[in-house]
Amino acid sequence: MIRVTLPPHLRTLAKVGWEVELEVEGQATQRSVLDALEARYPMLAGTIRDHVTQQRRPFLRFFACEEDLSHEPPDALLPEAVASGKEPLLIIGAIAGG
Amino acid sequence: MSRVRVLVGTRKGAFLLSADGKRGQWDINGPHFAGWEIYHVKGSPADPNRLYASQSSGWFGQTMQRSNDGGKTWETVGNKFVYDGVPGTHQWYDGTPHPWEFKRVWHLEPSLTDPDTVYAGVEDAALFRTTDGGQTWQELSGLRGHGSGPHWQPGAGGMCLHTILLDPSVPGRIFIAISAAGAFRTDDAGATWKPINRGLHSQQIPNPTAEVGHCVHRLAMHRSRPGVLFMQKHWDVMRSDNAGESWQEVSGNLPTDFGFVIDVHAHEPETIYVVPIKSDSEHFPLDGKLRVYRSRSGGNEWEALTKGLPQSNCYVNVLRDAMAVDSMDPCGIYFGTTGGQVYASSDAGDNWQPIARDLPPVLSVEVQTLS
Repeated sequence: MIRVTLPPHLRTLAKVGWEVELEVEGQATQRSVLDALEARYPMLAGTIRDHVTQQRRPFLRFFACEEDLSHEPPDALLPEAVASGKEPLLIIGAIAGG
Repeated sequence: MSRVRVLVGTRKGAFLLSADGKRGQWDINGPHFAGWEIYHVKGSPADPNRLYASQSSGWFGQTMQRSNDGGKTWETVGNKFVYDGVPGTHQWYDGTPHPWEFKRVWHLEPSLTDPDTVYAGVEDAALFRTTDGGQTWQELSGLRGHGSGPHWQPGAGGMCLHTILLDPSVPGRIFIAISAAGAFRTDDAGATWKPINRGLHSQQIPNPTAEVGHCVHRLAMHRSRPGVLFMQKHWDVMRSDNAGESWQEVSGNLPTDFGFVIDVHAHEPETIYVVPIKSDSEHFPLDGKLRVYRSRSGGNEWEALTKGLPQSNCYVNVLRDAMAVDSMDPCGIYFGTTGGQVYASSDAGDNWQPIARDLPPVLSVEVQTLS
């Protein structure tokens, strides 16, 4: 079980609370977690990563275990604490503009 | 008695304003999608309870919303806008090639007959269509594939397809406009397109009478006479009596012919409305006076409409999708400002009242007349 924390606007869009829990097939990577997130909440597709390029949107960052994982390759393994559900993967929106 | 519902898109959400046929007392419902930019909300002419909204964000990109109950509840629908084939390039502001990149949906135009069919005008300029109520979107790529596509350039607000007019009498005929490429028409439901810019004159471009490259801000037509088109261009108010084959300037006695909105009275095809804006570098009304101008002769002779509108210290803008008319009698006219006001006239423009004063900057205004 993987825990994911979403920015407030995406919580509203997906009609979920502070944190969602996901079952992820195979190894826990950014790609596999986002695949599972979008499969369960289809309205989030395209909001975190671009539909076509699959690139992370520039005003979003990924954090976990007090580390910035935003520039890790999408298939790199997430920290063990995230894979085990001890720590959440934090999807954070930039603090910018009105 | 008929009712009226005004659909307002703003920088920070959507608002639904409703009133009975007298249009004197207004109920404001919202914000819907609080915090998101709502470029446009529009209802289906075939089913007034079916609404579509374009919801976007600098953080999260484009999402789309649909309501089946007149805006009481909403559901997220498809947001995958993928250009057909290899997108290619258009011109960037400096004239260099720039890849086509989807940014947002500016305008939604539901089919006149089918609630599940909607056209979407997007930035970077292209036309998309759904036939399944918004779940999936397909590009009508004949437009972007027009040979002039690599020469299109963005206007200051982006290279947006902002106007879509569906001809109610000629099957397959659609008019669209792009800033800053110009106006185009298809007569075969979007398969092929032709530029319709003959007669436009834009001093800001290298060839002022070029086939494409004009910054058209808005087109309008009357349903009973769709071959007659009206245009608010960057500068100049224009008119075509032959479905865009040629245009004549009808700015006449306007104090400035720069502006964004233009619309047509619901029952008088020769009565049109604009909101003159001082200039392209000063996006506010002349002399701080917010004035709607009305022509009852299809242009050239204009009268200022001021009763109920601020006539001092007013420095708001009225954006291109922010004017609409209802189909009551007398006709109601509505427009929204970047200052968050929505003004309405229930007597064809003679008298105005603010029906919302303190909304976020208004991006779009549409009206539904409900029985």
